[in-house]
Amino acid sequence: MSGWSAWARFLQTDPSDVGCGGAMEVMHVYAELAVGSEQTAAERYPGVATHLRICDPCAEDLAGLMTLIRANGHGPGQI
Amino acid sequence: MGAAEPPDEWVAALGGDGAGREQAVARLHEALVRVARSELNRRHGQLNVSGPELDDLAHQAAADAMVAIMARLDQFRGESRFTTWAYRFVMFEVSAKIGRHFWRRPPIALSAEDWDRLPDRFGFDPAGESERRDFVRAVRRAVEEDLTDHQRRIFVTLVLDGVPLDALAEKLGTSRNAIYKVMFDARRKLRASLVANGYLNDEPVRRP
Repeated sequence: MSGWSAWARFLQTDPSDVGCGGAMEVMHVYAELAVGSEQTAAERYPGVATHLRICDPCAEDLAGLMTLIRANGHGPGQI
Repeated sequence: MGAAEPPDEWVAALGGDGAGREQAVARLHEALVRVARSELNRRHGQLNVSGPELDDLAHQAAADAMVAIMARLDQFRGESRFTTWAYRFVMFEVSAKIGRHFWRRPPIALSAEDWDRLPDRFGFDPAGESERRDFVRAVRRAVEEDLTDHQRRIFVTLVLDGVPLDALAEKLGTSRNAIYKVMFDARRKLRASLVANGYLNDEPVRRP
């Protein structure tokens, strides 16, 4: 993919996109779910999943949080 | 109190008083510094600092995260581990610190508004001069005719100059969310304009 198709992809917006505020609000819940299954997290929070596909800063924060969760050995359901 | 204890114990201890609260605050702060240091190391490529400077940033991020956590303690609803909820504030603070750090050594001259950079950002063939020229002309016209002055400034800074979103938010004293919303609306307007002028199809593009 390159040129006009990449540009068209960049311009595409999705009304279900919750924005950074919406993603940041549930990022802790999303991260624990995503460590178990990214599909489960995306199904429970589709608007967040949409946002994370386009927003690099929020995706980076999520990656950091998931890295921590994995390193500390706890996923969803564990206390 | 360790990170493996039930979340309500953290909330009770941090929201309480006396020695128990002091102990919980100290333990949480220690964990936040450790997490901030680890995240700054993970994102080393975006920051390019190490040693005492990195440690200083870690302490700043942890301190700011602690303020945010204590101010929002009553908002914790137990939907995740307390530590996951708390550590996300460290992620946000680390991002903000990296955004601020960007302006210490910005890699490009930001006032140039060099439209010739645009085709490369979207992978246009360097040899396709005619296509590159048409692309720039179409986009530039849409940007100048269809965006507000504010949307135009944000577009140029993020897309042409390649300034990271958090760095721009820091520079303008606003939030990541506010900048994102401006760009969301700008993207929507540009697409509509380019469709109306026959440069793009009015069909959704499938994301990978």
